[in-house]
Amino acid sequence: MRHSTRIAVGPVQFRVGSDWAEPIAALQRLYAGYPSDDTRPADATVRLFAARPWRRWLRPSVHIGGDFIVPDALPLPLSMGLLAAEMGMNLQVALGWRRHMLLHASAVARDGRALIMSGESGSGKSTLAALLGEDDWRLMGDEFTLIEPASGDALAFPRAVSLKNTAIAEMAGRVDAARLGPLLADTPKGDIRHLIPRTDAIAAMHEPARPALLLFPRFGGEAAIEPMGEGEAFVRLTEASTNYVALGEAGFAALTRLVRETPAFGVSYPDSATGMGLVEQLWAEALR
Amino acid sequence: MPDAAYRAVPSAALRIEPLGDLTAIFDRRSTQTHLVVAPLPEILALMGDEACDAATLAAWLAEAFELEGEGDARAIVAERLAELAAMGLVERA
Repeated sequence: MRHSTRIAVGPVQFRVGSDWAEPIAALQRLYAGYPSDDTRPADATVRLFAARPWRRWLRPSVHIGGDFIVPDALPLPLSMGLLAAEMGMNLQVALGWRRHMLLHASAVARDGRALIMSGESGSGKSTLAALLGEDDWRLMGDEFTLIEPASGDALAFPRAVSLKNTAIAEMAGRVDAARLGPLLADTPKGDIRHLIPRTDAIAAMHEPARPALLLFPRFGGEAAIEPMGEGEAFVRLTEASTNYVALGEAGFAALTRLVRETPAFGVSYPDSATGMGLVEQLWAEALR
Repeated sequence: MPDAAYRAVPSAALRIEPLGDLTAIFDRRSTQTHLVVAPLPEILALMGDEACDAATLAAWLAEAFELEGEGDARAIVAERLAELAAMGLVERA
């Protein structure tokens, strides 16, 4: 491909190729502070390509490809090339990664212990993780958390945080503007702006953390905490794992262990401040 | 009509993990995960290697859990055995 770059996020080494310079330049800016090792073979390849050669110039639209493809995915306009790259990276990890159990969950860590938050899009798991990551927590990831099957440890996947809609203003007021990517307005997922994790979170991205608390956040409604049984947590996490089935018995063992050893709660919260308060309360109780 | 007799699949084929109210069963042959509730794990545990029918199992369950004539236990156990068979966790003997 005409333009390419290497990016290492946690244990995953990406090679991203593109027909256009812009998405690669934007990625290189977001990931400039990440450790890189270009001699390592790539684990996943993402390709951003034009459907027809002339589409590189005429109403350029970006198709997402790589080791795995989604046949029906619509191309995005070039102005959203960075989003296309992010979606491509997510897709390759979600469909291709086998070394760890992959949970669609955000995570933060403190003192070597991990808080894992799983939920649908809109649950606030990403925003909560981003906010905690600006507090005295280490951001492990806003989208994916990896579980090492042998040890049960959580591993970080601290890609640039994908802030959406109201979360953009909420975070922009708290962080240095240099840590924010360009505003991608009116994407299929609404407005998006990327946040570069703190340098200490990036530097610690290879340090595992022992899971200590599992939360299933739900944004909206009265503040509430509901203890969750092992069985329900297991069911929800099989649904939140993109490679549980592919891992076979190793995935089964890792997940049963995770839900047995880690207290789990559903939490509802009307606003981020309340959500963070509930997190701190449950964290203190979990470590007691 | 006599009850159908079933045999549990070899215990090495299954990995059974109780998780509170649910029990997760991993079938190594199909790599499928089954989530079941009582009395399915109890029935599997009682079956062992012997072929047995619903009436026999109902009697064993009544003894193991000190149940006394609660409804038609045999018919209920026959239904549960059919469910286990549909999941591939027991086979017709």
